[in-house]
Amino acid sequence: MKGWGKMSDKATAKTTIIPIGPYHPLQEEPEFFKLHVQGERVVKLEIEIGYNHRGIERLAEDLTYDQVPFLVERICGICSCSHPFACVNAIEDVGGVEVPERAKYIRMFTGELERIHSHLLWLGLAGHFLGYNTVWMWAWKYREPVLDLFELMTGNRNHYAMFKPGGVRRDFYEEDFPRAARLLDDLLRPLIMFRDVALQDPVLQARTKGVGVLTREDCVELGALGPTARASNYCIDVRKDHPYAAYDKVDWDVVCTSNGDVFDKVVVRVLEMVESAKICKQCLEKLREVDDGIDCNLKEIPPGEGMGHHEAPRGEVFHYVRSDGTNRPVRYKVRAPSFMNVPTNNRACVGYTVSDATITLAAIDPCYCCTERTAVVDADSGKQIMTWKELLRLSRQKTERLLEKYNSRMDRIWT
Amino acid sequence: MSVKLKALTKSIWVFHLAASPCNNCDIEILDLLTPRFDIERFGMQLVGSVRHADAILVTGSMNRKARIRLKRVIEQAPKPCFVIALGNCACTGEMFAPSYNQMKPLDEVVPVDAYIAGCPPKPEAMIMGVVALIEATLAAAKK
Repeated sequence: MKGWGKMSDKATAKTTIIPIGPYHPLQEEPEFFKLHVQGERVVKLEIEIGYNHRGIERLAEDLTYDQVPFLVERICGICSCSHPFACVNAIEDVGGVEVPERAKYIRMFTGELERIHSHLLWLGLAGHFLGYNTVWMWAWKYREPVLDLFELMTGNRNHYAMFKPGGVRRDFYEEDFPRAARLLDDLLRPLIMFRDVALQDPVLQARTKGVGVLTREDCVELGALGPTARASNYCIDVRKDHPYAAYDKVDWDVVCTSNGDVFDKVVVRVLEMVESAKICKQCLEKLREVDDGIDCNLKEIPPGEGMGHHEAPRGEVFHYVRSDGTNRPVRYKVRAPSFMNVPTNNRACVGYTVSDATITLAAIDPCYCCTERTAVVDADSGKQIMTWKELLRLSRQKTERLLEKYNSRMDRIWT
Repeated sequence: MSVKLKALTKSIWVFHLAASPCNNCDIEILDLLTPRFDIERFGMQLVGSVRHADAILVTGSMNRKARIRLKRVIEQAPKPCFVIALGNCACTGEMFAPSYNQMKPLDEVVPVDAYIAGCPPKPEAMIMGVVALIEATLAAAKK
């Protein structure tokens, strides 16, 4: 066609907005991306959230410490053990409680099994986003035995309700261990297959190599976490950096790669699943020996504040709790890993084509139900688009205000 | 016999509408499509647009922002169309009911044809719920 060869600067400079969401076939959750594109190239990305905000931090303040894990479990169905893990760590941090060894291994087993199911889930969805549904069906087929294992050990496929401040709610039975070990062994075969598929499959390589590259500097600057950071050679893992539960007593490695593209994120996640299976098996071995109860009967939470973290499948999840000596928290704060990872999309998406945008947006394994602790709604129009910068500024301001408010209140309590 | 209603029970195409869920019901819905449960055997599949849908699966506790969109999306669906409340949140609001960002349960916003309870409902329960809905619709269509 005439004129195709030399498209003028004027034509290419025209920016078009492509809306993705809030209800888009490719999204599990409602969220809204505005892709500003010039031709096929993404030049800017705006993210609007708020469709998932449920006011969990406020709700937590109405519940007792024993009930809070049930609530934070429902922050997200995929990380339904990470949030309670960080929550009980925070509550135990207030009282300086030491939980029994057996409870620690049960917690770790649940946490690592969740990582396997979450990464398999992501792997499947990544294949789906690439239009490679075979990967989706395979990954989810091999995820089913993991969910069976969950059902066997905890009683439910999702939302395990295993965590309670001071221990765990139910014990593992030794007669289930052989079957659990067998299921974990069987899992290694598909994991190795996925590793080989990822390393050799030409379709996967063509779509993911050199796409959505995030440099180490970007990761440090934006505070990226979890596999997103580890794929860019930013080797942070709170399980190693600041061990909790019994992560320092089992043998495992942090997986790190250096290219920072979507391909590396696939590799990191696949290799992490192998490490998680390793940890799970060691937990089962330890659980045969350790028998010191599963609960330390935590009764009183003294006034004070506590912080808890856990390396969720998506990165470090952080919970903060402030107690005034009653049976309910006066302030509960959640910082989910996607809150830090979503802004990296601004670097990883921009400059690539629209067709790469979906997989790049998905590569950080975003979880908006986890992230949405802030909602701004304009009363007149019913909607308002908040940029991440704005959200971050507002949340910092609020933290400062809260610090002032609670510090004065805490002073009164302590004196 | 209402032909429209009878036709609706064949090969139900489903649109999945997530209204502030915790993702768990949503993941279990996708699970239905994958090899173990494989509801495509029954001609059911997820569709990208609500305009192609015979049934709308609503998950989540529906906050203020999602509620406006939800109403608009459901209005766009061709009628007759099933609305199924999936999971405890969509059925009752569950533990999010006292939240400042929750308005009312789903059935006060739009008419609901079936409730599938559970947190999250197991995929088997979802299949059972849909089968019960089909049977009830066929019984109604005969009248």
